[in-house]
Amino acid sequence: MAEKFEIMTGNEACTRAAMAAGMNFFAGYPITPATEIAELSSEWLPKIGGKYMQMEDELAAIAAVIGASCAGAKAMTATSGPGYSLMQENLGYAMVAEVPLVVAYAMRQGPCQGVATMPAQGDIMQVKWGVHGDHPVIAVAPDSVSEVYSETIRAFNLAEKYRNPVFILTDAMLAHMSERVRIPDASEYEVVNRKRPTVDPKDFKPYEDDGTGIPPMASFGDGYRWYVSGLIHDETGFPVANNPQLTSNVVKHICGKIDNNVADIEKYEEYMTEDAEILFVSIGLVSRSVKDAIQQARREGIKAGLFRPITVWPFPETRLAELSKKVKKVVVCEMNEGQLYHVVRESTGNTPVEQVTQNTGKIITADTVLAAIREAE
Amino acid sequence: MSNEHVFDKYLRQDKLPHMWCPGCGNGIVINAMIRAIEKTGINQDDVVVVSGIGCSSRANGYVDFCGLHTNHGRALPYATGVKMQNPNLKVIVVTGDGDCTSIGGNHFIHACRRNIDITTIVFNNNNYGMTGGQFSPTTPTNSKTKTTVYGNIDTPFDICNLAQTAGASYVARSTVYHATMLVNQIAEAINHKGFSVVEAVCDCPTLFGRLNKIGAAPEMLLNFKDRAVTVAQSKKMTQEELQGKIVIGKFLEDAERPEYSDRYQDVINIAKGGK
Repeated sequence: MAEKFEIMTGNEACTRAAMAAGMNFFAGYPITPATEIAELSSEWLPKIGGKYMQMEDELAAIAAVIGASCAGAKAMTATSGPGYSLMQENLGYAMVAEVPLVVAYAMRQGPCQGVATMPAQGDIMQVKWGVHGDHPVIAVAPDSVSEVYSETIRAFNLAEKYRNPVFILTDAMLAHMSERVRIPDASEYEVVNRKRPTVDPKDFKPYEDDGTGIPPMASFGDGYRWYVSGLIHDETGFPVANNPQLTSNVVKHICGKIDNNVADIEKYEEYMTEDAEILFVSIGLVSRSVKDAIQQARREGIKAGLFRPITVWPFPETRLAELSKKVKKVVVCEMNEGQLYHVVRESTGNTPVEQVTQNTGKIITADTVLAAIREAE
Repeated sequence: MSNEHVFDKYLRQDKLPHMWCPGCGNGIVINAMIRAIEKTGINQDDVVVVSGIGCSSRANGYVDFCGLHTNHGRALPYATGVKMQNPNLKVIVVTGDGDCTSIGGNHFIHACRRNIDITTIVFNNNNYGMTGGQFSPTTPTNSKTKTTVYGNIDTPFDICNLAQTAGASYVARSTVYHATMLVNQIAEAINHKGFSVVEAVCDCPTLFGRLNKIGAAPEMLLNFKDRAVTVAQSKKMTQEELQGKIVIGKFLEDAERPEYSDRYQDVINIAKGGK
């Protein structure tokens, strides 16, 4: 079979891949630079009998996604910083109630309204900690339109498998730029669907551990009469107050789903790390500038390499800790005032960690990174 | 219809007794809701009761249907997602005056506007009970609450007016004194195809009743009886005469307005290449 290639934007790749992964429900609210995902979903979903909802705001958009998921949908929303801020309370609900969903998050510059059309990486920490309380987060950060495609499919699969929200972190540039994408045949990738209960409905307890750590999930209307709440709940799903042990168990359970399965979830790329003396750490599109700079530096005899977390959360700390022991210094390159930097420092022991940051709304160029490499030498 | 009593059939006995104060009207509204569901004959497994946060939002924990207990004010958009994903489900939202018309006010008017087939029962007790009796958007002007100790200066919403104006296609009001009327209205609302709103005026003797010296539950219910006028009576009354009255009955029933999930099926048909 001939391989299939197409040229498309990051947002289009995200939508195409979501459809390929089985998305049948989308609810959103228009926001730059993520809007095209809503537009394409509104056009493509009804063709397969799926549903698109444009809600009154982002609070409602993510709420509708959760409601649809509880009724059996594979559901997604797409947003950027201001919209994501509004989604926090309901994302927390999805984490506590263990509702699978996917959020495509195209980062834009600045706090508040910032600069809507310009890329940034200022929301790395918000994605992890925007929701109040301790909670589990999976976030992937592709570096190309092709990887947007493959990671979107993986995002849906992880959401279904772990019953948790999964975030696809892109930025205003990756969302809007066009690249050649190899469209995989459906036989080439796995599509994971949430585990369904098989017990008699009268014996069903929606949060009872079946030994895997991830309870099977019923859908409203399929004969299982179940209750979903955002409060701390027992295995029946009903709220329980004043039970310290249960309270601790629920938080440990939802966080443990991720912490205990890091090997399955985490993903990273190593580029010229074998003999690297200067190790860069960066995510997303910026890491391509870093790779360019590393190639030029190597021509100058400087041994630089890149560690690129593809899952930002959970952060691949074990591998970074190993690599950092073998290098003279680590340089974190990111488009913010220094967010990944703090995470990296937790994994790098006594190895010095330096920063290349830029908050201009422009992608950090290879020249800027190269200058930093020369200085680091 | 089975010989089983509605309480045995529809209440989760293991979750009782409920958490509400003695004399709270919420139990009467739940009673009306399950009797209405029994009247409609809908399958118990096809009902999803969605709620937000507040005293009334705990109602879906006591009834034996699928339940989605969501965040404050957000019951309607969650319910919208449920209904759109599976239009065969009967989706009922139980909410309070604060949950529905304050923090959830925007969701409420947009759900009305869409005319999506969801039945919303608003337990209106004129204050925030769960947090201890602060004023809500339906607290009458000059009333005392924990945050209007000098009297409320706000103008309250009329929930039924708001619903009609925003586009709901079935709108009715009753009180917990007029419990039989409430049963009939909820049953009609469930059978109605479109967005239906039933406002259940509800007593909160512990807070609103006490702070405004209306009395305990029996006095509050008799107060509802005394203040109630029917929709028909109200049309013959002046604005002055209507001051302090509670207009009960059906304000609107429009079966002609297209329902949202039906209209979306048209979108699917067009997208698939049909007409």
